[in-house]
Amino acid sequence: MAMEMTAGTVQTQNMTGALPLAEDGVPIKMQAQKVNVHYGEKQALYGVDLDVRKNNVTALIGPSGCGKSTFLRCLNRMNDTIDICRVGGNILLDNEDIYDQRIDVVELRARVGMVFQKPNPFPKSIFENVAYGPRIHGLAQSKAELDEIVATSLQKAGLFEEVKDRLDEPGTGLSGGQQQRLCIARAIAVSPEVILMDEPCSALDPIATAKVEELIDELRENYTIVIVTHSMQQAARVSQRTAFFHLGYLVEEGKTNDIFTNPKDQRTQDYITGRFG
Amino acid sequence: MFWTYFLILIATFVLATFYGRSRALQVSNAQAVKLHSRPGYHGGFLAIVTVIPALLLLLAWVIVAPNILNNIVISESADYLSGLSKPEVEAFLRDARAIAFGGIVGFTDAGKEHAAELFASLSRTSNILIGVALAALVAAGFVFGSRAIVPSMRARHFVERSVMVALIVCSAVAIFTTVGIVLSLIFESLRFFQQVPVLDFVFGTHWSPQSAFIGAGAEQTGTNPEVFGAIPLLVGTMLITFIAIMVAAPIGLLSAIYLSDYATKTVRSVAKPVLEILAGIPTVVYGFFAALVVAPFIRGWGESIGLSVSSESALAAGVVMGIMIIPFVSSLSDDVINAVPQSLRDGSAGLGATKSETIRRVVLPAALPGIVSALILAISRAIGETMIVVMAAGLAANMTINPLEAVTTVTVQIVTLLVGDQEFDSAKTLAAFALGLLLFCITLALNVFALRVVKKYREQYD
Repeated sequence: MAMEMTAGTVQTQNMTGALPLAEDGVPIKMQAQKVNVHYGEKQALYGVDLDVRKNNVTALIGPSGCGKSTFLRCLNRMNDTIDICRVGGNILLDNEDIYDQRIDVVELRARVGMVFQKPNPFPKSIFENVAYGPRIHGLAQSKAELDEIVATSLQKAGLFEEVKDRLDEPGTGLSGGQQQRLCIARAIAVSPEVILMDEPCSALDPIATAKVEELIDELRENYTIVIVTHSMQQAARVSQRTAFFHLGYLVEEGKTNDIFTNPKDQRTQDYITGRFG
Repeated sequence: MFWTYFLILIATFVLATFYGRSRALQVSNAQAVKLHSRPGYHGGFLAIVTVIPALLLLLAWVIVAPNILNNIVISESADYLSGLSKPEVEAFLRDARAIAFGGIVGFTDAGKEHAAELFASLSRTSNILIGVALAALVAAGFVFGSRAIVPSMRARHFVERSVMVALIVCSAVAIFTTVGIVLSLIFESLRFFQQVPVLDFVFGTHWSPQSAFIGAGAEQTGTNPEVFGAIPLLVGTMLITFIAIMVAAPIGLLSAIYLSDYATKTVRSVAKPVLEILAGIPTVVYGFFAALVVAPFIRGWGESIGLSVSSESALAAGVVMGIMIIPFVSSLSDDVINAVPQSLRDGSAGLGATKSETIRRVVLPAALPGIVSALILAISRAIGETMIVVMAAGLAANMTINPLEAVTTVTVQIVTLLVGDQEFDSAKTLAAFALGLLLFCITLALNVFALRVVKKYREQYD
């Protein structure tokens, strides 16, 4: 596919061989080591260690304020935009520390894309929304190539059939579910390696949610996905790995199936059975 | 006497509020839940019913009474007033009032003494009459109101509606004032257009109202419509406004972007108020600055590279006016840029866009309608500005687009036409109203245009 020929992807393919392997033999795409996060005086995360496996969906669950969104935002340094936020510890992407001085945060975010809780299409046409990333990163040499990228991204996001006749209409005019899939298409268009999703379905109705979940499952083939969700059913449906956060600590991480059927920690047990949270 | 009555009525209002409350509690046997409206609303109801009619009567009386008194006194002192001209009658009444109520008296005579006595006794009667009328109204309202207080009474609806009426009255005052100003402009302009055809005024290219009169002295009858062409003034206005916008738009907009997206909280908290101080400087001070600093500087600079620059130039006035409207542009743009949701910035940053890419490609397009309206507001402000131009750009109605020459603007000409003692029936003076009308039409058109732009490109965020 045209978009996989881009520089970032080639680089990743070269480095895949060097990725460390988890105990089950799956390569580890991102590694968090002893991550501490402070907002001013208040500590939000305490020594979080987490491996994100390649081509897996990792779900982060936990009650509100437990630090799961904060952790997600560390993974592509979105926390940099918050003045009072300090991040300690290491986060590795392909064995490289993303908080290293030499890392260009702009390039990092092109490799680690993000989809937000509320659909936030730009006030531009559907086409321009998707073409935005490729344009700023110069991914397309010609108009035809750009058209191609936009079309494939929309197809992958499962939106192409619905909008192909009205690519010039404003993205803000779509329904909520369509907007969220547009935002996913927008993130895919820069061919990231990792896609972070911060409660992507919390503003959507059940039908739109089902579509987005289906999409997440399909995207797993090409991308590594980390998703924050409040819905334990959603975590169970879409993810292979689940991490449970509580009060800023990573309590437990494991196969989704194990976490939901046989949790090791009492707090996880209480949370998934609905005793708190 | 007015103030006494007024204060009494206000006191009555307060008392009636309290009485209404306790009365409401009383009729519900101290169980406020049984009332349709909370006791406070009953208090408000009783106060409004009791005091507002009386207050309206008092206002009407204070407006009408002096005229009635005057008329009575004039008809009673007809003996003394026979053969006096209108201003003399007015002076007579003024003196008589001064004798009766205290004040500076020109000179006295028997007639004035007589009229003064009359004034004194009449005003006593009138005060007593109005006092009785007010008391009767208050009493009637109070009796009616307190009888009406029963648990099922919908006092809340009545009070809410009264509040609405009060709000409507206030906005009506603002609207009618505007309408009144526009109407006076239109009527005076019509008088002008009887002497000078509209087309000669709007499309004429020669402006020198000083040479308007044909004939001399008291025989001046005709008006020369040729010299009332407004085009040179419009060109001057446009030129200066254009220069001002060229200065203010980039500086204002870029500083707004800095303030909203780059500046730290500390810088912002200092820089924004300082920038807004610019808006607080009286325009006359900008005028000094333009005339004494900027204009000589531009002339010196122009001469050093061999250009002839007049000492009062459009460029000087335009630049200083641009500085003056920077705070409008920057402050309003800063507000609209801040109003672009953070989620859009995050979305763009999440795709790997740099800060300046985010601003250029997402934030500014989203804020564009607001920025356009900020600019147009600044333009209207620049068009209406007078003082800087008077001091820095001169009075010569040259029709030129050379920014180094002296030009004049619509507002400056209005000032020069009306300064000093003027008779209000010559074409020269009336031309000021026509210019005012023209200016009003231009700014109105600009505002309508701005509103349309904003409406067309407005994005809905939720």
